[in-house]
Amino acid sequence: MLGYLIRRVLAIIPVMLIVAIFVFLLLRLTPGDPAAIIAGDMATPEQLERIREAMGLNQPIHTQFISWMGRLLQGDLGTSLISGTPVITMVGQRMFPTINIALLTIVIAVAIAVPMGVLAAWRHRSWVDYAVMSFSVMGFSVPVFVIGYIFILVFSITLGWLPVQGYAAPAEKGFGEFLYRGILPALTLATIYIALIARMTRASMLEVLGEDYIRTARAKGVKESRVLFRHALRNAAVPILTVIGTGFALLISGVVVTESVFNIPGIGRLTVDAILARDYPVIQAMILITSATYVVVNLIIDISYTIFDPRIRY
Amino acid sequence: MLFKTRNFDTAKTILTVENLTVSLPPAAKAPPVLNRISLTIRQGETVCLVGESGSGKSVTSLAIMGLLPKDALFVTGGRITLSGTDLLSQSQNAMQDIRARRVAMIFQEPMTALNPVMRVGDQIEEVLESHTSMSAHERRQRVIDIMKDVHLPDVERIHRSYPHQLSGGQRQRIMIAMALVLEPELLIADEPTTALDVTTQQQILSLIAELQEKHGTAVLFITHDMGVVAEIADTVYVMKSGDLVENAPIETLLRAPKQDYTQKLLRAVPSLVPRAARPVPGGDPVLRVESLDMIYGGGGFFVKRPGTHAAKDVTFDVARGRTLGIVGESGSGKSTVARCIMRLIAPTSGAIHLRDTDIAHLSRAQLKPHRQHLQVVFQDPFRSLNPRWTVGRSLIEGPVNYGTSARDAMARAAELMGIVGLPRDSLDRYPHQFSGGQRQRIAIARAVMMQPDVLVADEAVSALDVSVQAQVLELLDDLQEKLGITIVFITHDLRVAAQICDDVIVMQRGVVVEQGPAAAVLADPQHEYTRSLIEAAPGRAWDFANFRELGAA
Amino acid sequence: MSYSAPPASAMQSVLRLFSIPSLAKLGVGPLIAAAVLVMIVIVTLLSPWLAPFDPLEMNPMNRLQGPSEEHFLGTDPFGRDIYSRVLIGGRVSLLIGIGAAVVSVLIGLVIGLIAGFFRLADTLIMRVMDSLMAIPSILLAIALVALNGPSITSVIMAITIPEIPRVVRLVRSVVLTAREEPYVEAAIALGSSMPKILFQHLMPNTMAPLIVQGTYILASAILTEAILSFLGAGVSTEIPTWGNIMAEGRQYFRVKPELILWPGLMLSMCILTINLLGDTARDLLDPRLKKRGE
Repeated sequence: MLGYLIRRVLAIIPVMLIVAIFVFLLLRLTPGDPAAIIAGDMATPEQLERIREAMGLNQPIHTQFISWMGRLLQGDLGTSLISGTPVITMVGQRMFPTINIALLTIVIAVAIAVPMGVLAAWRHRSWVDYAVMSFSVMGFSVPVFVIGYIFILVFSITLGWLPVQGYAAPAEKGFGEFLYRGILPALTLATIYIALIARMTRASMLEVLGEDYIRTARAKGVKESRVLFRHALRNAAVPILTVIGTGFALLISGVVVTESVFNIPGIGRLTVDAILARDYPVIQAMILITSATYVVVNLIIDISYTIFDPRIRY
Repeated sequence: MLFKTRNFDTAKTILTVENLTVSLPPAAKAPPVLNRISLTIRQGETVCLVGESGSGKSVTSLAIMGLLPKDALFVTGGRITLSGTDLLSQSQNAMQDIRARRVAMIFQEPMTALNPVMRVGDQIEEVLESHTSMSAHERRQRVIDIMKDVHLPDVERIHRSYPHQLSGGQRQRIMIAMALVLEPELLIADEPTTALDVTTQQQILSLIAELQEKHGTAVLFITHDMGVVAEIADTVYVMKSGDLVENAPIETLLRAPKQDYTQKLLRAVPSLVPRAARPVPGGDPVLRVESLDMIYGGGGFFVKRPGTHAAKDVTFDVARGRTLGIVGESGSGKSTVARCIMRLIAPTSGAIHLRDTDIAHLSRAQLKPHRQHLQVVFQDPFRSLNPRWTVGRSLIEGPVNYGTSARDAMARAAELMGIVGLPRDSLDRYPHQFSGGQRQRIAIARAVMMQPDVLVADEAVSALDVSVQAQVLELLDDLQEKLGITIVFITHDLRVAAQICDDVIVMQRGVVVEQGPAAAVLADPQHEYTRSLIEAAPGRAWDFANFRELGAA
Repeated sequence: MSYSAPPASAMQSVLRLFSIPSLAKLGVGPLIAAAVLVMIVIVTLLSPWLAPFDPLEMNPMNRLQGPSEEHFLGTDPFGRDIYSRVLIGGRVSLLIGIGAAVVSVLIGLVIGLIAGFFRLADTLIMRVMDSLMAIPSILLAIALVALNGPSITSVIMAITIPEIPRVVRLVRSVVLTAREEPYVEAAIALGSSMPKILFQHLMPNTMAPLIVQGTYILASAILTEAILSFLGAGVSTEIPTWGNIMAEGRQYFRVKPELILWPGLMLSMCILTINLLGDTARDLLDPRLKKRGE
């Protein structure tokens, strides 16, 4: 087990290295002068020179890469071209709203989606099943910002139940206030995630419910609820966990959009602002950070398979 | 005592099935899956339900359990009565309570029938949790007791094991413990030994008999294997495509079967008596395997792991036109040897002389000219033909690879269709339009198209019903006669081996324990393992095809 | 036991989609979906003739008007006719979606076949694909557009690159499963060459899953295009796409929600019908999944 853990953690290194190379090459392999791309059309020669200097674009490419990697390994993610603040500081200031909303989203999504999927599979081809499947297809089909605006239109503007925009930190304003302001963004983000998890739960449960050991459990005269949750769901868990992990990428994309819609000062907004301002060091850093988060989340999920399936031994 | 001759006339009736009819949904407009089936089982009696695939024997058992797949199969007529209780009129909940308490079931594949993520002790205990009000301590004690009753070793350890940590036989013992822990009146066993090796099968059969004796349980035993029937049945019911063909006490049925179908079924059972010896041809052997070794896996990044030694120092040769059988249970390494000979894998060491060339370590390109002399037929007739290709296209694939024109190859294919007993227009059809036995004929034809010297048949008849099996074996024999092909026949089934092989190799855990002419090895086995294999073969004292004891000429 | 016939070729797989018995089994849902999608596509293609106004013509006197006889859905902050813009907006969105689906499937197929067939290349390819998968697709896409400019090609490329690893994984897994099939081993025994086994035995297995996957990519590409535009990283704002119209509507959401709702509705209907047809295709083409459902 320990050997497996070490191997898995070590396996992150090449993946992240390739991501880093990719991120590094993104700017350098684009046709045209990177400095001009960053500065935009209106830049003066002095501005261009300043950007080249700041990003080391005057040096040969391998020198640039080595010094960039060197700084990365020391935890230096670069400095914003616009504000001059180190990226790490900016991320530190902006990450908590994002993390809080994301956690709320995951809790909501799993709590709603898994029972939905189980129910749909159990009542395969009934109206429940069709309702769940329809919701799931729709969840995939409506852009996340449209969902956000519809929620605002219904719950905030028409019904007046919830605030239109804004964010309250649970640590400062209390959990109630956080929930009051955070529930709409979390529901918005959760929609596609629910669609994804419910769909996978249903598919995985349908497969498991056809297995021989389910027939055995029924032949033992075990209650149907126990058949579903003790026998079937646990066997269906691994694909569901996997999709929670890969769906994390959707969550990250959703965060970027949702924070713009609800005006939440998180790293999603930070990223969008950086892109609009062509603040390249920040863009690079954000891609690296989100990719690393994705990789780590999926590593944790991989390892958690052992809890659900004793056959997986390392 | 050859058969059970117990009399049950005075015993209490446990189960009666009267005119049971089971159908597909009306929309399917198909004939019923079960057509007015009636049977009776008394206390302590073992009733065997025999039939080939599609005969409806499993559907019968699921109907009794109330476990027919919902929305797919419906009981449309008849009655099922269990000691006075009408099962078909029970509510869902009442039926749930009857299952395991009054009627229990064990299934064919103990690996898939047990929940892979639950400890086996807990799985047995769940029966008690669902049906009794025992305390946790009492439950645990009862589980330990029943596990001892089914003769599981090291009960404490197995109690907390997961299914994948146990052997196939142990898993089936767990299933039996689970079924019998509440001492039900009726035990339904659906092909419980089919997935097991023959030695394990024998142990499980005697365990079921022992527990039946002890508790007076009535047993409904479903099987396709006449050997098993002869071994355990009091009464036999023969089924064919949803109809009950014949029923009789075991000895009556085997000595004097009334119906044509029953006679046909019994005649198709291959005899354990080896075929008459054929003259040994002269000349060099076509295939010579020397000190073949195959080790799978091994290595490992941090810790050096030992590999699996699947074949150890295997040496044999086969002369032209002869059939060599490689016999063994699962894990014996017989398929590994076959795959090495076929060079689908490269052996770790050793030599494989095909005609005059050692092909054991040739590269892909170097192998090509030799491949045509060496062909293969696999076990699974549903996967061995490309489903997207017409039969004709599959058949000419090989010859075209070696420069024959498509037109000539197609002419030869048409000719071969006749030889393997299929209509000529088969060439334009797709594999899914054929039955399992027909596909196996096509696969054989595809191999024969190459006019090979050696044909490797890897469990080539194991997936087929006995009647089809007999026809395919006959076809192989005919082809050998006509074309002088050498056959290497891999099988776990001693009866099949006895029917087709001139020489036999017996393998156990990668090692050849005995080899020689089939007559010698099977009739007078020297190695202990061979002896145990033969002794475990069910119904070995009976000559099914001639309706009499073996040797009673 | 009824045994469902596997499709004989990719072409046949597609044709089977339209065979009468399978359509009858499916019920009316997919038929309605197909009809709606066809209508959206026709309307979009004919939009230059159907639109009552020039979608680009500004009229500052007419800003933000409500629905009227003249302007069916009212006007936007520049006085342009919303109805005409929504009609025209679908053209570029669909073009980008189809472009991204076709390109990613083709590139993914080639790389996936190589990975599935050549063990040496496999490790390297899959490492790179894993890394690409780790980069959140929206971030990667916005970065690519930000660097390559807001042209249609650049947006197609930006949406395609993050999709490729998913196609590669699919193709590779199909090839790896298929090469264990006895009929492939039989082909080896029959002396068939590697290219023959790859292209004639293995590749046809990838066609049905690729058609399904391609449909899903088409849907998600249209969605991604909208999100990119919304974030200000899509095609140039001068080109009316559903995403761009919605992006412009953000500021005016309280006064004129129609700017987001109408293009949003068209876009969602379009994606919804494509997804539904993708599900239908999967049910028809993937015998494994079909069996699972029975």
